[in-house]
Amino acid sequence: MKHRNKLVLVLSLLGVCLIAALFLASAFGAVAISMPDIFKMALNKIAIFDFPSTWNAAEETIIFQIRLPRVIGGALVGMALATAGVLFQGLLRNPMADPYIIGTSAGAALGATIAMLLPINLAFLGFGLVPIAAFCGALGTVFLVYNLARVGGKTPIISMLLAGVVISALMASIMALLIFMSDRLQLNLQSVYSFLLGHISVTGWGQLAVIAPLVVGGIIFARFFAFHLNALSLGEEGAAYVGVNVERDKIVILALGSLLTAAAVSISGLIGFVGLVVPHAMRLSFGPDHRFLLPAAALGGGAFVVIADLLARTVMAPAEIPVGVITAIIGAPFFLYLLRRTRKEYAF
Amino acid sequence: MIGLELNQVDFSYFDGLVLQDINLSVKAGEMVGLLGPNGSGKTTLIKLASGILKPGRGEIRLDGRRLTSLSRRFIASNVAVVPQQFHIPFAFTTSEVVMLGRTPFFRALADESETDRQVVDNSLELVGISELAERRFDELSGGERQKVILAMALAQQPKLLLLDEPTVHLDIAHQMEILELVRGLNIGQGLTVIAAMHDLNLASLYFDRLILLKEGRVWADGTPKQVLTEAGISEVFAASVRVEVHPLTGVPHIVVMPSVKAVKPQ
Repeated sequence: MKHRNKLVLVLSLLGVCLIAALFLASAFGAVAISMPDIFKMALNKIAIFDFPSTWNAAEETIIFQIRLPRVIGGALVGMALATAGVLFQGLLRNPMADPYIIGTSAGAALGATIAMLLPINLAFLGFGLVPIAAFCGALGTVFLVYNLARVGGKTPIISMLLAGVVISALMASIMALLIFMSDRLQLNLQSVYSFLLGHISVTGWGQLAVIAPLVVGGIIFARFFAFHLNALSLGEEGAAYVGVNVERDKIVILALGSLLTAAAVSISGLIGFVGLVVPHAMRLSFGPDHRFLLPAAALGGGAFVVIADLLARTVMAPAEIPVGVITAIIGAPFFLYLLRRTRKEYAF
Repeated sequence: MIGLELNQVDFSYFDGLVLQDINLSVKAGEMVGLLGPNGSGKTTLIKLASGILKPGRGEIRLDGRRLTSLSRRFIASNVAVVPQQFHIPFAFTTSEVVMLGRTPFFRALADESETDRQVVDNSLELVGISELAERRFDELSGGERQKVILAMALAQQPKLLLLDEPTVHLDIAHQMEILELVRGLNIGQGLTVIAAMHDLNLASLYFDRLILLKEGRVWADGTPKQVLTEAGISEVFAASVRVEVHPLTGVPHIVVMPSVKAVKPQ
């Protein structure tokens, strides 16, 4: 709090990182396009500038119709997951918490898998049945868990965590059963695994037009709860003593975190590690004040996923590695480095 | 200055009444100690007074207004609570923890104001822990932490301070420091204080009025001399004691009487 200027500087740097990551990821792919060209194309598009074209029309199509939607989708996924991670870790006061902890992942996976089994071809706002089912599965599961944990007008955190673990286990076993019977059900295992390991599947601007307001709006709304998240580190009673309406905040923060997660999952499947590790990395580097932690995690998470997705589609091109594999492979060593570098015991 | 009133309050958790028919009136500026054996309802009474538990029957009024009709934010800007201890999982510094006491005064997206920072600095100084300001809370000793929590409560600028056995984990020096400080605020600024206390002698020394609870009912209510009687204590605590007025302090002093078997031969 004292070192305001330093914090503003760090946030600006993270912002620059994210923008740099966006350009870098736009430049590479099956066709490499020079960064100055991308820069000029983008500026022309905003219609403030009018640079003479040094690129061909195909390149412009690739950038605007294929790469930018995917790259921006990746940034939104990372921002949403990291913000949701901060929200859940703060609310549950649990270092193991990630956006998936109270059942969003299991619900989304089961929803998506069932959607893959249904012979329905549906499109709504540019989304197929699978992302819609994933979105609904994630939100529905959290709603179920919250209500199962509710006793006497209160929802104790511990009950919520336990209910979440149990419901997740139940759904995971149903998933396992479906995978086991994949032959008989004619379930395409490839697409199931693609969902489970994460794959950013943005097919155009239409999806982003739905996801972006959800994610950006959610992140801005989350920032309103920064003070309360700080107070919640005193525990439920302690937070109430300093004026927090804990049960109301619990619903709002939970709903917000789940909505962000569901939005991310619907276009990317289950990308692990981002929502767990980005908040911790930011906390280790810059301290636990949520007013700063929330925007820092959003920017860092966005940049992280954009870079991870760039690697996922270029390292073994033309094959694509699941992006969730990359986030873990580069995220785990980096996080362990941060953890070891901190000389003090990590009070999360 | 703010007073608290409990009228015919009952409270029960899932099984059985914890408090029964509590009628109490604490006037602004009083310093009241709650005494009673474990499980007699002291902590529950503190939680009811803070509004985080709602009475099953009866009503609690803060400054004449029903507690249940007041928002958490309003209550927190008038009433502060010091519990036995807090566990804070994050690596906040001392001054950041004390700043949490300003939560009821914050506006959503605004930064803390100069006033907030001033109040935090004053609270740290009042409790005598200014030098701990930049230390990490989780690295402090138990006594230091309890002082930080007290400073946080004072940063709320409360009119009523509730303490739940605030000194129970502390050594004698820290116990006295905390009670002297609270007593000083009570006398100097007219802060109303209600504290659940374990140590009868400390309660006798620092409080004007003591309330003795037994099995969820008020068993005695009055000055230390009226409440701390041999008969009363042996009845409520089922412990054998002698009570005498201490020649130096002039207040009742409780001496625990061991059974003959347990005394070492001289």
